[in-house]
Parts: sequence; structure tokens; C-alpha cells
Amino acid sequence: MTPLLEAHHVRKVYSGGGLLQADKTETVAVDDFTLAIDGDTPSFTTIAGESGSGKTTIARLLLGIAPPTSGTVRYRGVDIGAMGKKDMRAFRQDVQAIFQDPFEVYNPFYKIDHILTTPIEKFGLASSRQQAAELIDEALRTVGLRPDETLGRYPHQLSGGQRQRITIARALLLKPKLIIADEPVSMVDASLRATILASLHKLFIDFGISFIYITHDLTTAYQVSEKVVVLYHGTVAEAGDVEQVIKDPKHPYTRELIHSIPVPDPGNSWIEEAVEEKDVEVPDTTTGGCRYTPRCAHATDRCEHMPPLYRLDDGRVASCVLYDDREPLDGGDLTSIISVTP
Amino acid sequence: MTRDVLLDIQGLEVHFETRRGIARAVNDVDLQLYKGERFGLVGESGSGKTTMILALLRMIKTPGFIAGGRAVFDDGTDLLALSADKVRENRLRRVAMVPQGAMNSLNPVMRIGEQIMLTMREHGEEVDTLEAHVAQLLDQVGLRAEVARLYPHELSGGMKQRACIAQAISLRPRLILADEPTSALDVVVQRQIMQTLRQLQLQLDATVLLVGHDMGLMAQFAERVGIMYGGKLVEVGTVADVFRNPQHPYTQLLISSIPSFERRGTFKGIPGVGLSLLDPPSGCLFHPRCPQAMERCSVDEPGFTHLGPGQHVSCLLYEKDE
Repeated sequence: MTPLLEAHHVRKVYSGGGLLQADKTETVAVDDFTLAIDGDTPSFTTIAGESGSGKTTIARLLLGIAPPTSGTVRYRGVDIGAMGKKDMRAFRQDVQAIFQDPFEVYNPFYKIDHILTTPIEKFGLASSRQQAAELIDEALRTVGLRPDETLGRYPHQLSGGQRQRITIARALLLKPKLIIADEPVSMVDASLRATILASLHKLFIDFGISFIYITHDLTTAYQVSEKVVVLYHGTVAEAGDVEQVIKDPKHPYTRELIHSIPVPDPGNSWIEEAVEEKDVEVPDTTTGGCRYTPRCAHATDRCEHMPPLYRLDDGRVASCVLYDDREPLDGGDLTSIISVTP
Repeated sequence: MTRDVLLDIQGLEVHFETRRGIARAVNDVDLQLYKGERFGLVGESGSGKTTMILALLRMIKTPGFIAGGRAVFDDGTDLLALSADKVRENRLRRVAMVPQGAMNSLNPVMRIGEQIMLTMREHGEEVDTLEAHVAQLLDQVGLRAEVARLYPHELSGGMKQRACIAQAISLRPRLILADEPTSALDVVVQRQIMQTLRQLQLQLDATVLLVGHDMGLMAQFAERVGIMYGGKLVEVGTVADVFRNPQHPYTQLLISSIPSFERRGTFKGIPGVGLSLLDPPSGCLFHPRCPQAMERCSVDEPGFTHLGPGQHVSCLLYEKDE
């Protein structure tokens, strides 16, 4: 494989306090994260986690919006922090972002057309006005929008679902290799979520675009993705095939997380069954041990040291001492776990 | 089985006056809430579900106003006809609200215990027993007594929501309105909070009206469910009937669009776009998006059809021709 985008032992630490407070607080948002997205075989990976898990930080690191505290993010082998103009331009075309809020990404004074014509101009995607119009037309239709109902309008005249699909169409115009979508459906209504997820899935199947889908919602993750990486406070708790991880979670945290999801089936005992996990304050991310220890029902003395990701028999990995008789994953590198066999 | 009615809502209308005309945010809603039940009100954004509970609390602000209807408690009190000082007295004693964003509804510069005591003092509760009462309330919602001395920023999101629930139940309300109380929380905490809310509802024998759009949460928490579309209540039934045997075409599409762990790679959305309340379609509000629409759906407004025990639907498919 030729890696398109790699995170190599990336770590991101945010420090608070500072000037006025004597005690500087540090939060490890992402701790030693390694993964590469293949440039040849498309993959669809979910990075899932709750608030504070570091999922958005990973998206920002991979997009080059936030620099890592240590480690490197590389695009086609080149560190994106030290990339020249030409490489940067290629990176900005190959790797596209879709953000959570379809209301904030638009300038209210410009018509919708502006957000679609700008990338065509900047990247010289069309040689004539007519060709540009054709490209836009095609991109809009691909995401299920009718050009006559969207073009010439202002953002406020469109629904959240339509706006989010236009940002997908914009990303599509650039014929990217990878789209990093950070909670793309969390702000649209349930009835429209399916339509947007269908658009993303179509780009993966029909156009061979790889996806990193960042979400807190494991139900939608299950629907669209092939592989899933579950984060807990900056570390990877479990990763593997979405079918395995969601149907039969192995890490105590993933288990609790999945069992906590209220399923839309009234006959269930969700409201009665006791929750194993303890409701405690935010854990300290700077201690060396397993981050889940304070909330974990299975915690022992052995949890004082951060467990590596152990390889389980079915090919997934889990970072928990319950599995310390297995082989650890070499260098914590998730690449082989998330790559899809063609 | 007939159950005692706690609150009888008839013909509730909430309108918003805008420069482009009147928007009927809540459109002729009839709903009966039973004593000690958990009722879930579901709808997309703009369907009027939050507006409806704000109307019950008399918290609709201009340009919105309650344009009609009654909401009568079992003791004969009409919530919509109360005078301004009675409205204040009525809150927390009869009707209390658990807010959506607990982080924004607590006073950041006041200790948790003081905030709870303040509301009780305002409502004329005995002053000497207040502290003991606060400790008991905190215990009921699963918080340590020490939390009374903490400030909101010292608590996690889940603990803040618990503090809000303690405040809401402080005067033993008979109706608890909960507007997406857990939408800002992580799923594990969500489950713990919803379990606490259910235990309290049983202890107080209160009625809970839960508003939201998370169908999974509704299926697990509610006993009966109401579906809203464009300010109208389109279907009401037991949670089992609505989820397993939905009748209104909108409910059917809504239920089939719920993502689940059963199907992978299939995506069913609801076609079309939501309606504009300023320019609503004629006849049935859902007809432009309805796969089963008939000719008369664009002309006639459907009434409420009684289908079976406790199941009602507002759709012309079920109305017999006269």
C-alpha cells in the first residue's frame, strides 16, 4: 500500500491555567495515535467516542488544522507541518472536510453557488463557465439535490439537511481521495440523517473515496462504516471490524457504551437493568494508567499501567488487561486493523 | 381500562406573529395525560413539541402567544387561564421543568445547595428544615450531600443534570416536563439519568412528559407516545403500538428511518423537506411528502380518528366517507 495520510505516534496536549493560575493543568487530548489511510484501496473508518474522547482533535490533527504536540502527520510521506506550497495544494484537494454545523460554514451574504464555484476557480477544475456549471450540476445530483431547487438561493432558504448535502457536493467537486467528516449528521433531523449517510456511503461505493467518519453515535457508525476505532479520553479502547466490535464488544468501556444505547424496541429492559459503570468526575488524563479505571467495574491493581492494544483472535484489538495473555499490536499501529481487503 | 386523567389539553394553539404572517407553531392539539404515566412527545425540529411544553409552563415569549385552548388539571385548574402570580405559584408545585442544557440553567456563582434552597424559600417552604430537605433531595437524585456546597463548574455534566432534577422535584410536582434532558450528555450518563428520572417519577407518582427526537430513548422510557408534525399531533398510542404497528404514514416513515443495529448499508429517509409554518400546505400538512397521499388530502384537513384502545391517528386514510 501507499499511505495517503498517516498519523505517526501523534500526541496532542492542551494546557490550561497559565498566566494567572499558578497551577498549570494539562489535558492529554490524544495520546500516541498511529494510523495510515491507504491511497489505493478505499476504506470507511469510524472514529467513535464520547465528548472529551479526542475524536475531533484527531480530525483537526489529520486535517492540519491543529499541529500535534509530538509525532507527525504525513501526506504522501511528507510531514504536513513542513510541507511546501505545491504539496499543500495537493493535500487540500485530496483530503476534504465536512463539519458538524451546516449553518456555520456558509457566509449568509453569498448565494449557495459561491461555495461551489470557489473551489472550481481556486483549483482550476473547469476550463469554461459551462464546464463549471456541468460539474456543479453533477455533484449536486450525486448527493440527491436538484440544482434548480438549490442554485441561486441563499443559505437561509435551505434546510439543514440540504445545506449539509451541499457541503458534501462541494467536497465531491474536488474529486478527493479521503473525506474526513466530523459529526456530519448530528445537527440534522433524524428523518434526514439517513439521506445524508446514504450520500456518504454512495461516494465510498461508487467513487472509491475513503472516509474517516467521526461520531459519538455508534448506530450510524454501524450503518455506514466498515471499521471502527473506539476512543476513551485520548486513548484507543478498542478497534476492529464494525460488525465484531458493535455486536460483541470486548473492552469493558465499549461494552458499557453499546449497552447504554437505547434501542428503538419497546420490549427492552434498558431502563431497569443496573448500569455497571460508576458516575465519576472527569478522569485525570496525565496519569500513566488505564484511563477507564475510575469508572470500570473490572478495575484491578494491574490497571495502574496503560495497557497496550492486545490482538484478539478475530483480528480486532482491545486495550485492557483482561486480554494481557495475547500479543500486543506492534507500535499501537492501527493501519492493518482499519484497512479493508479489496 | 380507564385511567385517571391528570391534565386535559384541548384545542391548544400557539401562534408566532412574524413580519411574513402568523405561524401556527402548535395547531389545535388535544391530548390527555394520565396520572403517573410517562408520555413521550416526538417530532422533528420545528414540529412544535418544545413550544407545547413552554405553553404549559406559560413561558411563551413574544412574538409568540397562546392563541386558544385549555389545559385543565384534575383539580379544575386551567394552566392557560392562570393569572400572572398564580403562574409563579403553580410552577414547581404543579408543573416543573427539567431543562435541556443543565450547564446553562444553573447559576454559576451560587452553590448548588443555595440554588435549591432559594427556589424553595421563594415558594414559602419552612426555612428551618430547608438544609435537611436539600440533603434528602440530593440523595434522591443520586448525589452526595457534599454536592450542596459545590459550584456548578465543579460538577460533571451528568451531576449538573441531577442537580437540576433535584431542583425540579423540590416541591413534589405532579407533572414533570423534560425537554431532551439528556441530549447534551454521553450515552452511559444518559442511561443513568433516565433511570433516576424514572425512579423519581414512580416515587412521586408524577406524570412525566418527555420531549425529544431520539426514538430509541422514547421506546425505552415512555409508556405512551405522541407524534407531532408541523404543530399538529398526528398519532397517539402506546409505545408498543406506535413502534410495532404505526398507522400514520409519517409515523411509518419515521419508524423505518430509525437507524438500528439490525441493518447495515441500508438508508431509509423521509422524502421531501419539512414544511414552512408560514406557508403551510392546504389540507393535510404532510400530504406533499406522503407516499400514500390521495386527491382529497390536499383539500380536506383530517380530524382525529379513534382506532382502538388508546390509539388515535390524524389521517384521511382512516376516515370513512360520509
